Amino acid sequence: MFAGFDFEVIQRSLPFLFREGMVFTVTLTLMAMSGGIVFGTALAMMRLSSLPVVPLVAGGYVNLMRSVPLVLVIFWFYFLVPWIGGWAIGATEPIKVGAFWSAVITFTMFEAAYYCEIMRAGIQSIPRGQVAAGYALGLNYWQTMGHVVLPQAFRNMAPVLLTQTIILFQDTSLVYVISVTDFLGAAAKVANRDGRLVEMYLFAAVVYFAVSFFLSHQVKRLQAKLAVPGKL
Amino acid sequence: VTYSWNWEILLAPEPGGSGAYLQYLVVGLGWTLATALAAWAIALAIGAVVGTLRTTPYRWVVRLCTAYVEVFRNVPLLVQMFLWFFVLPELLPQAWGDALKSMAPPWASYVPAVLCLGIYTSVRIAEQVRAGIQSLPRGQMFAGTAIGLSASQVYRFVILPMTFRIILPPLTSEFMNCIKNSSVALTIGVMELTARARAMQEFSFQVFEAFAAATVIYVLVNIVVVLGMRALERRVRVPGYIAAGAAAPQAGH
Repeated sequence: MFAGFDFEVIQRSLPFLFREGMVFTVTLTLMAMSGGIVFGTALAMMRLSSLPVVPLVAGGYVNLMRSVPLVLVIFWFYFLVPWIGGWAIGATEPIKVGAFWSAVITFTMFEAAYYCEIMRAGIQSIPRGQVAAGYALGLNYWQTMGHVVLPQAFRNMAPVLLTQTIILFQDTSLVYVISVTDFLGAAAKVANRDGRLVEMYLFAAVVYFAVSFFLSHQVKRLQAKLAVPGKL
Repeated sequence: VTYSWNWEILLAPEPGGSGAYLQYLVVGLGWTLATALAAWAIALAIGAVVGTLRTTPYRWVVRLCTAYVEVFRNVPLLVQMFLWFFVLPELLPQAWGDALKSMAPPWASYVPAVLCLGIYTSVRIAEQVRAGIQSLPRGQMFAGTAIGLSASQVYRFVILPMTFRIILPPLTSEFMNCIKNSSVALTIGVMELTARARAMQEFSFQVFEAFAAATVIYVLVNIVVVLGMRALERRVRVPGYIAAGAAAPQAGH
């Protein structure tokens, strides 16, 4: 069944697949991860805040993002970002936003909702006594959060945050729906140009598998290392 | 910039002649649910078996099931869609491949989409089932054996009924994920809700009305699923066993 295979097409397109496609995928993953964790942590602090309205707004945002498919969110932002940008700088026409920035904004905003729920659990896992102790020492809210709660929350949640990032890495393949040349997009382009769908899609699957499998093993090792003996 | 809103577009007829845009979207919801429910049936069946087998003492069976889980968990859903739709018919014997490709229009996309989503989701269910079984006190297995049940009877009458009750909350979110993930099927031509919202945007140029309508429909489905599963949870719960909200945070969607 592999007799008619043309392995050369893979070899020929390697530079294109990795230098253009994979670089895009990895850059998008890392930027969306950084932005998503920062925004997600802010959302988590808002959800747990004792201020009025703030938890409702953050909770509404998170629940909305978690109720709709990523594909729909990609479409939303692809059209929404140019309008918001145009409105923000007072232009008369929607501004042009490149596919890359559109994708970065989409994935940051979408994954933030998922990172938020992880960080919320992380913050809630810190005993309340520690917060009280922080206040008793005269620290304010930001100091207590920044020096006492968040460092521990990040440490406890590091494996889950990283697992979510592996999912993000796989999800970035969905930028295909707005015709972006990420790793899968590059493979699809070659596949359609040369009529080699079988080879290119199988190769893409193998690469995604290898990267995700390797990373999830590293996360498992980290988890074992971070685990406090006797706890859990 | 000012966007010209026109909500009445939802009541305007769509160019395909099937009725108003709103109706066009609701039929899309029908396809979303038809895809997700068929995939969910496959996912529950395979997930329950694979998850259970991973807790048995047979080393080769466990390894095989672990391999299954790892393969389908570490390849993006979109890539799997392409494998089922474009690659599988080429790898099968000629006659089978041709039969797959020559199915009547909605089915040539629908069948691969359901199989793909079903197997993709089965892996997540298998993980939940395995975790659920392992969270049960070992005494339940011993007690079952002590009253004379065989290993398969202990699973059937004691372990699995308890497990499914315990994992109802994570299964609810997996079911929602299954509905949301069915939107990926638009890449192989299933005209489900998201695909139709996109088509509506292309026909009518009313971008935000189309996506807003689809978003509202998804949110409503979400609410119905959550309420339904809560009612189910209340009906089947074993007092003291479903620890509400105590589940460890999980990555995913």
